[in-house]
Amino acid sequence: MLRILLNALRTGVVTTHYPEEPSVPPERFRGAPVLRAGSALPPPAVCPAGALSEHRDDGHRRVNLDIARCMFCGRCAEEPWTGAVTMGREFELAARTRSDLQIEVAADEAEVAAIGPARDPQAATAYAASEIRRVLGRSLHLRHLDAGSCNACDWELTALLNPVYDVRRLGIDFVASPRHADGVMVTGPVTRNLETAVRRTVEAVPEPRIVIAVGACAASGGIVGEGYASAGGVDKVLPVDVYIPGCPPRPEAIIFGILVALGRLDARRLPQGVTGRHRD
Amino acid sequence: MADSNLIDALRSVAAGSVDTEPGPRLADITLRLERASDLRALAAALIAQHSMALATIVATDERATPAGDLKVRYVFEPTSAGAPDRFLTCLVCVDANDAQLPSLTTVIPAANWHEREMRDLFGIVPVGHPDPRALVVHDGWPQGNFPLRKDFDGSRRLPVESAEEFPHLVAEGEGVFEIPVGPIHAGIIEPGHFRFSSVGETVLHLDARLFYTHRGLEKRMEGRSPLDAFYVVERICGACSVAHALGYCEALEQIAGVDAPPRSRLIRGIALELERLYNHVGDIGNVCAGAAFHYGTATGARLKERLQQVNEQLSGNRFLRGLVFPGGVRLDLPVGLLGVLTSTLEDTLAGLNSLMGRIESNPSVVDRFDGTGMLTHKAALDLAVAGVAARASGVNRDARRDHPHGAFASPDAPALHVVTLADGDAMARVRVRHLEAQESIRLIGEFVRRLEPGPLRFALPEPLPGGRIGISAIESARGEAVHWLRTDALGRVDRYHLRSPSYHNWPAVALAAETAIVPDFPLVNKSFELCYSCTDR
Repeated sequence: MLRILLNALRTGVVTTHYPEEPSVPPERFRGAPVLRAGSALPPPAVCPAGALSEHRDDGHRRVNLDIARCMFCGRCAEEPWTGAVTMGREFELAARTRSDLQIEVAADEAEVAAIGPARDPQAATAYAASEIRRVLGRSLHLRHLDAGSCNACDWELTALLNPVYDVRRLGIDFVASPRHADGVMVTGPVTRNLETAVRRTVEAVPEPRIVIAVGACAASGGIVGEGYASAGGVDKVLPVDVYIPGCPPRPEAIIFGILVALGRLDARRLPQGVTGRHRD
Repeated sequence: MADSNLIDALRSVAAGSVDTEPGPRLADITLRLERASDLRALAAALIAQHSMALATIVATDERATPAGDLKVRYVFEPTSAGAPDRFLTCLVCVDANDAQLPSLTTVIPAANWHEREMRDLFGIVPVGHPDPRALVVHDGWPQGNFPLRKDFDGSRRLPVESAEEFPHLVAEGEGVFEIPVGPIHAGIIEPGHFRFSSVGETVLHLDARLFYTHRGLEKRMEGRSPLDAFYVVERICGACSVAHALGYCEALEQIAGVDAPPRSRLIRGIALELERLYNHVGDIGNVCAGAAFHYGTATGARLKERLQQVNEQLSGNRFLRGLVFPGGVRLDLPVGLLGVLTSTLEDTLAGLNSLMGRIESNPSVVDRFDGTGMLTHKAALDLAVAGVAARASGVNRDARRDHPHGAFASPDAPALHVVTLADGDAMARVRVRHLEAQESIRLIGEFVRRLEPGPLRFALPEPLPGGRIGISAIESARGEAVHWLRTDALGRVDRYHLRSPSYHNWPAVALAAETAIVPDFPLVNKSFELCYSCTDR
């Protein structure tokens, strides 16, 4: 027992300060692709997940990238398209609608890099804490719901509870029952064999509830797509409040997505005439 | 010669009605069986007299070819120590209009799920199979639709038909209770349904129902270019991303006739061991959660997190996706990153040894681990159990030695120390993981030392040669995974099949649970730590 205590003291505090302080991913990290205007933009067939598409508009070739579908594999940024596409390091990509996750570039337009909602310039931690307290009392309780994931997104949700990310410091926790939850984090494209369980689990979460689609499969079907065994994304089955791109999204990208979702919860409550003031 | 002895013996079992040819690889043997009725005797002889084990069963729809039939390949592999790296395939033709074959399940228990899957996805009925229930397709699937037949449109979503409740296999009697758990679990884990039959706390029987995460990935790959399909394989399972990517690449490179360059093989070896290491370290921590030893859980999670951060530094992805690629590797490991890796591994080793010390010196933890979730040596052999679970029950098998791949395929590869323990309980599985994690750290050091400058990747011919088969077996963190890939006439993916280690190990979890009490199930389950996603695909 004493040894355990000594070991714990020797280890010290390993917890990150994100989102209070920004997180800088390592140099090789593949974040949101940056499409540079130019005729050398890759054809849609290059993307194994089908995230690229193109159309002609007034004689211009316009290339569209669906970040919700992107696996961040970097294939479109390899030879011979290295000049046209580079993998950025932006990972805070969560958005409230699928259309916020579309990047479109024409052959003769300026570079497009910024996507997703802008990061709150205020200290995000304080914002999260105040929102959680204002809307939910003291804490945000989430339920994980695996809708057919490859388990990578699940492992990243587990990582949120490890000593490094420790989301409980932000008032966020994962609970065992949907009845105890304010929202669900859904991973996977919603398989045929889970569709009923997914619907029933979400319906068991008391209103108002938030539904967060975590990762490319949940956000869009990803590389699994739609087929005999897959619905092709959570929003084919249920309304989704926030989409978190990534394959899988790194833990901090998920934290960012939860912060985006908190704003959404507020927005959904207002029409019901609830002001959201709770006792301290 | 052993080969001709083996073939003669098999001929005599089948009364001469077999043709043999080499393949898929040069050292492999394919037996064509004229009469399917010889299958059971042949399989029994392979297991009992030639100490072989079932590696995988692959069905294919070849109705569009001149043969006009379905084919089933039963792939076996030797299990005796020092046996050559070889697969033996028994090929049987099946009439598509009367699709049935004798079931092997009563002879080879490991064939159980393979045959049920074949019935669901190909409509090939295993006659005499003891379990008539559907496996892969669940309630409401319209009868008569077989997704892996070529005339089935995989992009189509079929209506859900009304269905009776799934007939779980349960024990009955006075005082016997049924406890349903899942498919949606209380923790952050993958979905599966467990139906316990219990008397008090004692588990009498566990019926596990999986395939909730069946995504139709094998079908989705068909008709695509093997390079496009690679990204699907890399995403079949998060925890096995490197192992599955590597297995697919090795099968593809056989078809292409391309050998990955030496430097890339070493980098693949580093990636594979790093994947094993971060999983084993995290898994040891998670088993502690089953015994409510939170210091252990937090320490395991912290050590795993550090390794996953290194993964991201090396490959740009915390699951090492994007490193292994057909023809070699996509990224080099420069000296600077190798330094980061080496120092992290030193810290990991110290942290892991310290954690194991705390586990083994804590009587309340040891009491929970010792003798819990027993898997006997015989059951491990009968079910062809793979990986940590097999080696903790005294089965001396490891695909890195038995089917050398990645860095182990080089002539100067370091010798692998295969860890086995005899106890077959949760403690043994934790100890095997600890010793294997130490071995992985040693191996990564050996691979780093052997790195010489050189090319990272050779281009594969495009299109790839048509009508060829590639087969590979990779030791993932969970155990041996067998990949089977064939190209069509145009060099696209005709059929791909993955038999993951978890596929063979799940039935062993159900057996081990029957030696435990209900509250110990999470501990038993975590001591096996299997993937649902690469079982269900």
